[in-house]
Amino acid sequence: MTVTTEKIKSLDAEGLSLQSVSLWQITWRRLFRRKSSIVGLVILSILILIALTCQWIAPYNPTLSMLDVKPPQDLQRRAAPCIHAFGCPQDQPQHILGVDGNLRDQFSRLLYGSRLSLMIGLSTVTFAIILGTVLGALAGYFGGWIDNLIMRVMDVLLAFPSLLLAIAIVTVLGPGLINALLAIGIVSIPAYARVVRASVLSVREMEYVSATRALGGDTTQILFRRILPNALTPLIVQGTLGIATAILDAAALSFLGLGAQPPTPEWGSMLGAERNQVFTAPHLVFFPGIAIALTVLSFNLLGDGLRDALDPRLAHVS
Amino acid sequence: MATYILRRILLSIPVLFGILFATFALGRLIPGDPCRAMLGEKATKVVCDEFIHRHGLDKPIPVQFGVYVNEMVHGDFGRSFRFSKPVTALLMERLPITVELSFFALILSLIVGIPLGIISAIRHNSWADVTTMLWANVGVSMPVFWLGLMLQYLFALALKGTFLQLPPSGRLSPGLIVPPFYTVWNLHLVKGTFTFTLLDFISRMNIFNGILSSNYHLVGDAIVHLILPAFALSTIPMALIARMARSSMLEVLGQDYIRTARAKGLRQRVVIMKHAFRNALLPLVTVIGLSLGGLLGGAVLTETVFNLSGVGRILYDAITARDYGIVQSFTLVIAVFFVALNLLVDISYAYLDPRIRLE
Repeated sequence: MTVTTEKIKSLDAEGLSLQSVSLWQITWRRLFRRKSSIVGLVILSILILIALTCQWIAPYNPTLSMLDVKPPQDLQRRAAPCIHAFGCPQDQPQHILGVDGNLRDQFSRLLYGSRLSLMIGLSTVTFAIILGTVLGALAGYFGGWIDNLIMRVMDVLLAFPSLLLAIAIVTVLGPGLINALLAIGIVSIPAYARVVRASVLSVREMEYVSATRALGGDTTQILFRRILPNALTPLIVQGTLGIATAILDAAALSFLGLGAQPPTPEWGSMLGAERNQVFTAPHLVFFPGIAIALTVLSFNLLGDGLRDALDPRLAHVS
Repeated sequence: MATYILRRILLSIPVLFGILFATFALGRLIPGDPCRAMLGEKATKVVCDEFIHRHGLDKPIPVQFGVYVNEMVHGDFGRSFRFSKPVTALLMERLPITVELSFFALILSLIVGIPLGIISAIRHNSWADVTTMLWANVGVSMPVFWLGLMLQYLFALALKGTFLQLPPSGRLSPGLIVPPFYTVWNLHLVKGTFTFTLLDFISRMNIFNGILSSNYHLVGDAIVHLILPAFALSTIPMALIARMARSSMLEVLGQDYIRTARAKGLRQRVVIMKHAFRNALLPLVTVIGLSLGGLLGGAVLTETVFNLSGVGRILYDAITARDYGIVQSFTLVIAVFFVALNLLVDISYAYLDPRIRLE
């Protein structure tokens, strides 16, 4: 008896079990077995925490110029960081990461930027996943000219380097955060459409689909209850990695002045605004970049971890 | 092989047509008066009427598209109001700079990425593997423009005075005069001919121009200026290539024929390079093809940061000046360039894997 229990336990540790365990429990366990995914999760949790609490932990309003503080602070533009604990004189106001060219507290702006970055990543990817899933499912399920039409349009979108197409779209729509998000969303649709189409094609001819049809299931039921759940795991992986790309592209657009407009505390535009000051005030360029890199890194690590956890066949490869 | 290549070329025609349609649609989506959008706010009514008539903007949309396709196929991209030059001439001037930058970035990412990937695969789970993969992860996560700025700070300011000091921006040291190699060769070319255009294009790439005219001082100066931008641009493809080289090598190294090769006593070098690497090449070529798009997109950011007057930099200036004509035609040209590169990648598949030719 004890032997059996131990066997079950050892199987449990492998992510296999005689007891019924859901896919998500297995995935979760496998995810925690990789150091890199844990690192990704930790960074991401900290970011989410910052994004949720920034209105309380930020020392200043992110768009407030220090000239408007009462009494006005006597500060130089782009002043270097001043941290009391590290020997900055007590009579000077504390600015952990210094102030930017408009005398705003860089640290507060950086904290608020996390909110925007996560929002950018989630909203563009949600937009792209919804449209990509619908298009990919239609193409894969109906085949024929619908498939041809949809996938050729996707081919054309893929024929442009993605950042370039996003730049062209935003130039036409006009600069601004919403337009930038729309552009990045549009250029990332093909990736999801392809993933979903491939899954649909592989599942369409399965016997359980025929069975549902024989039982009188209609197209919506077959598509949403039988076929699309099979596309879920590759979509989750693609989506997580897609968030990383979306954040990077959005930062690039903002850096070029096409995305978030001042005084919005967006990391890319903060970097873009101070890029000519890299030799005189490197701290204003350094920290927003680190913030972008850490955020993107966390989604990349998590995405890689999820891919291995959801598809054990790949585990030995990467 | 010829049939395969021909089929690939035919398959890319609908895509090219789609690209034309997409850029056409972009041009028509510009809010407001198309003439003033293309020629600038200060365009007079006479100029505008002429412009509208010439491009058929008063005719139905299908006719407009026909006119557009005809113009683009003939290489007539219109004039840029910002540079007051034909866009085609501007393109021929600036494209070499982007090509040179992307080319060296690609070379850099290949000569660093592939060996790192192979070593990581051979020494799977060793510290070398873990470090490489860590850096690969960091590499794909860094914004190119930030890396560029940080490299400028590090190599131009922090390391100033040491032998590692590198120039922060520009393509050549100030005051350096660059005669095109065809004048050094005493070739008398007629402006406007194909030969002239081609040689002029090549001569605008400083490194090649320097080599061809045996001006090694120029080559050295150009390389020194190219190191930082090429490195910044190469990080993402380098990381992707290293990762793909590693995973496809790991896959191949587990195959039976590798065991056979080892069993018959071949040296490690031969097993790795002749038996494993050749078979791991195909997925690698796919990734290289995909990262070319990233290179072209990243060039916009890198050129902006490093003040290189390539296509990307013009695009940035054009965006700021709302010179839609340039944005539209440059997007078109880069997309066509990208399609052509992908065609080359597809053709190289057939060369690398004979099975594909027969499909």
